[in-house]
Amino acid sequence: MRPAAKPCPSRNVSPARLSVLAVEAVGAYALVRLRRGSVEPGIPGQFFMLRPAGLLLPRPMSLCLAPPGELAFLVDPVGPGTRALAALGPGEEVDVLGPLGNGFRLDVRRPLLVGGGIGAAPFPYLSERLGCPPALLGFRTAHHAAAAALVPNAEVVLEPTLVTERLEPGFDVLACGPEPMLEAVRRLVPGAQLAWEAPMACGYGACYGCAVEIDGRLARLCVEGPVLGGRVPVPGTRTWPEEAAA
Amino acid sequence: MILNASGCLDPLAAPDVARSLDAVVTKTVTPLPREGNAPVRIAETEIGMLNSIGLANPGIDRFVADVLPQLLDLGPPVWVSVGGFSAEDYAASCARLDTTGAAALELNLSCPNVAAPEDEATAIVAAARAATGKPLYAKLSPALPDVASVATAAAEAGADGLSLVNTIRGLALDPATLRPRLSTASGGLSGPALRPIALAAVHACFRAAGLPIVGMGGVETGRHALELIAAGASAVALGTVLFADPAAPARVRAELAAEVARRGFGDPAAACGVAHDTPPVGVATGANAGSDASGRVRLKL
Repeated sequence: MRPAAKPCPSRNVSPARLSVLAVEAVGAYALVRLRRGSVEPGIPGQFFMLRPAGLLLPRPMSLCLAPPGELAFLVDPVGPGTRALAALGPGEEVDVLGPLGNGFRLDVRRPLLVGGGIGAAPFPYLSERLGCPPALLGFRTAHHAAAAALVPNAEVVLEPTLVTERLEPGFDVLACGPEPMLEAVRRLVPGAQLAWEAPMACGYGACYGCAVEIDGRLARLCVEGPVLGGRVPVPGTRTWPEEAAA
Repeated sequence: MILNASGCLDPLAAPDVARSLDAVVTKTVTPLPREGNAPVRIAETEIGMLNSIGLANPGIDRFVADVLPQLLDLGPPVWVSVGGFSAEDYAASCARLDTTGAAALELNLSCPNVAAPEDEATAIVAAARAATGKPLYAKLSPALPDVASVATAAAEAGADGLSLVNTIRGLALDPATLRPRLSTASGGLSGPALRPIALAAVHACFRAAGLPIVGMGGVETGRHALELIAAGASAVALGTVLFADPAAPARVRAELAAEVARRGFGDPAAACGVAHDTPPVGVATGANAGSDASGRVRLKL
């Protein structure tokens, strides 16, 4: 660890309690729509810690949509935390902390969004901010691929076809998805912006749980990421094991 | 007085949270830099959280040169948590910190994620005492068979206070694979599950050691803080709750003030140790109590 010598970026550590407008099924996923209150949507690729009542720890989620007065998160209900979020009803409340971390750089000339599965979650908001660039999204099943309807100009591939088989040169790639997909994208497009994930208890640098090896040292993904350029975490360390196994 | 538990806050990453505390406790500093344990380092369970961070820290030299000055600039008093693997380690670090602006030194005698030097607790406290005039707090493990006797030994060796408790070792298995979820297999359990364990340790040490106690372990609300104070704590530290709620210091402080006022204590200090006063167990006052013919207050069962 090499902490603290450089100043950390300031982050919003004032939690807000937001009420649920609706939770809508989007194929296999749930779109959790919250009344925005005074919470800022931040930069696409930044994340929020969401905690419904009864959960000890919050869960990190990137913002999916930011219509006026609303913040919406696409959730894959695979573990106790994500299932609790997907089971919320209108009027229930969620503790929300964010926006946190470092999002995507938006100063790109020819953007292409590349996503796998729930990795498409930040793309609706990102697409809006980039003027609806082309997107290439891979999903396990057609049921999961329903999420592509949220992303304008999306080309969808289903397994066993991989997004990297359709990736053409000449784009500024912004990618989010499972670790093997990110590794493969990086091999094809070394300068791609990649959004990673890690187990995270706090999201604001306190717990040191999301440490990943970046440039040969352990660093907190919530502080240095989740979007990283050419710097790559060590494989095998970036999902809640319980939820990955589900 | 509300502090953070060591290792549960990076004050430089969240200065506003640090400033909401009455004192900031650092992550444990060891003589040499430590990267900490390999991921996966944290896991949630139904009743608490497991961690195996492994004392990640920049080492005492860089800490004193680079980190501590920034911490002192934040404003609140800074307590430095000191760790090591021998009495000499602790003494050397305490000597380095003796001339700094640190308000107090907490001797981490209890991290469950590294080799625990509990047998040497007395020797470590004595060596640290000889190395510094700063207030010394001994942070003890709740897994000690007789925490009060170690606390008493620490007091006799020169400790000025106790920090009770650290996490207790636990294990979580992946439900699908039945393999450990943490890279180190077991880790330190914190959160709600630790609360009654912390209360018992504070209760056991209050009179035995006769030292001020910073109580910690699963505190989420003002009532939890008041319970630790009633058991004998004179200050309370927040740990896992900070991960879910960075606003917890101000909230718990306000809830504690309300609890204290509602129960007729002048201030939190007036409640310190009341769990040791009569009436004895089985007799209570308050909403669940009533009086029998003799005027004694009895539990309604």
